[in-house]
Amino acid sequence: MPVLTRWIAATLLCLATTLGGAQAADKIVISNWDAYMPGDLLENFTKETGIEAELSLHATNEEIMGKVTAGGGAGYDVIFVTSPFVEALVKLGLAAELDHAKIPNLANLYSEARSLAYDPGLAHSVPYAWGTTGLCYRSDLVGGSLDSWWDLLRPSDALKGKITMLATDRWLLLPGFKALGYSANTTDEAEVAAARDVLIEAKKGLLAYDDTTFYSKLVSGEAWLVEAWDGWCNYGVYENPDIVFTVPKEGADLWADTMVIMAASENKDAAHAFIDYVLRPDVGAWVASNILYKVPNAQAMEGLDPGLYEAFPNLAMKPEDILAQEALRDVGDAMKLYSRTVTEITASE
Amino acid sequence: MPESLRRALLLGPGLTWLALFLVVPTATVLLYSFFERGTYGGIDTILNIENYVRAVDPLYFGILLKSLRIAAVVTAVALVIGYPVAYLIATAPKRLQIPLLLLVMLPFWSNYLIRTYAWIVLLNREGLINNALRWLGLVDEPLSLLYNDTALVIGLVYGYLPFMVLPLYASIARLNPEIREAATDLGASSLRGFWTVTVPLTRQAIAAGCIFVFVPSIGNFITPDLLGGGRTKMIGNLIYDQFLKARDWPFGSTLALILIGVMMALLFLQAWFVNRQMRHG
Repeated sequence: MPVLTRWIAATLLCLATTLGGAQAADKIVISNWDAYMPGDLLENFTKETGIEAELSLHATNEEIMGKVTAGGGAGYDVIFVTSPFVEALVKLGLAAELDHAKIPNLANLYSEARSLAYDPGLAHSVPYAWGTTGLCYRSDLVGGSLDSWWDLLRPSDALKGKITMLATDRWLLLPGFKALGYSANTTDEAEVAAARDVLIEAKKGLLAYDDTTFYSKLVSGEAWLVEAWDGWCNYGVYENPDIVFTVPKEGADLWADTMVIMAASENKDAAHAFIDYVLRPDVGAWVASNILYKVPNAQAMEGLDPGLYEAFPNLAMKPEDILAQEALRDVGDAMKLYSRTVTEITASE
Repeated sequence: MPESLRRALLLGPGLTWLALFLVVPTATVLLYSFFERGTYGGIDTILNIENYVRAVDPLYFGILLKSLRIAAVVTAVALVIGYPVAYLIATAPKRLQIPLLLLVMLPFWSNYLIRTYAWIVLLNREGLINNALRWLGLVDEPLSLLYNDTALVIGLVYGYLPFMVLPLYASIARLNPEIREAATDLGASSLRGFWTVTVPLTRQAIAAGCIFVFVPSIGNFITPDLLGGGRTKMIGNLIYDQFLKARDWPFGSTLALILIGVMMALLFLQAWFVNRQMRHG
């Protein structure tokens, strides 16, 4: 069976090359959300440092958490996750302790961004972008300005059926918690139940739950008001300047999307070099102007084109205004309660 | 080469494939369904039946029932649309049959996600249908065609209709036209001939088509998200959520097994039905 033998040999050869390739030195694997960094960032990084970088994508925090908990973090060097998930990664022992000596550009961060409660002193994570969640709406269609979560939860007749809310657990619950004056991290069963009732009622006025295309619904006029992350609202503003972002008066959350090095990484030096590169003022400014999210990098934000601040007012939010919002924290076992509550809301008639 | 070696060589790859990629994963799912979710989404290997108790909780059981209902409606609509289509193709002139069948299969040339997304372009408030209706002066305000159960059913029927048409076509095309002629000669109206002759003779294909549409419909999770706007939860979404959002693999495994159970029951039912029919002619 010479044919079969050749087939087997070829397959083995393929396997050997793949396995061998994965062990090449100075190559790092990064997992980030799609389109959450400039398309040429990794290319430029490789050009300047000689370190090869491969990009893997995750759609949600939960997805990458699932991948790294299942594999003990193997196969990834740097992953991008939102602040509460940093706490979970640390508790699971999956996050490497950072060697600050290898990240001199940490000095470029706002001092406020170095003392966030989810990871004080940035022992395990470095913030990449930060911001808050609020109302993003078509000021030309809504007529007037909106300033309360109740505008979303108990909409006027004109707004009914023209609203979307975020679909992931933490942010689906946030408007309910904040409107009722609770903490964004509440684990009190009675409070969660009260928020659930408000959100079930609010579902009747919704067009859809949407985490990814809400801004295009605003642009097309399908939706007039959406719950959105500040940066993502800017994608709508980019296409229609009548779109406005506002933080509701009841307050909102403070989230930070961070870079975490996996404890299982075999290229920790290269991973540190990547984080240091992202924190460079020019790279940070390029990131902010490309993804239109605020970066917690003082040097980068100062270097930003002033025209951008004019076009996208929420980019100009000061660190103290961001810090006035409540930081999202890991809620541990209460995630089960959150998850059940969200199912109750989305399955309600 | 001895017969037994040849058999082993021919069967080996297929059986190995099934063992590696069907039996082992399903066994893993079965095992996980008796474990517990760890605080951070890991798996605590404590054997218990807690997940099964949870699955019959009215909240989750209600989602299963709703999914069964939606899949049943989708199957019924697909049958009502698919039967005439299959019948017309099967009775069309021979040279037209292949091109017509190709048209039925044509949607499979593009990705399911893209085909589903196309319905958003058609149905949304600023979409083609609403704009056409407004242009014709039939409506003043755009209709809410998208993000509801109707849109969800439309999307699923569209997606799985070929699975209904193809087995029906195969069955109707095999029918001996003389049987119908005999019915007509004996004085049956064409409607009566259809109901008492054609339909009973294609019962097996009807059952097969219904299973082929029902099974993928009940497990679908993309269409409820895209066309249902996340406002309707089906069992497929619930399982997806357990694995990718709640990171509760054990509970997700339990739900997946229950869904597999429903599908197996349907397939057995169909097999039993076919056997019975063959025995009774």
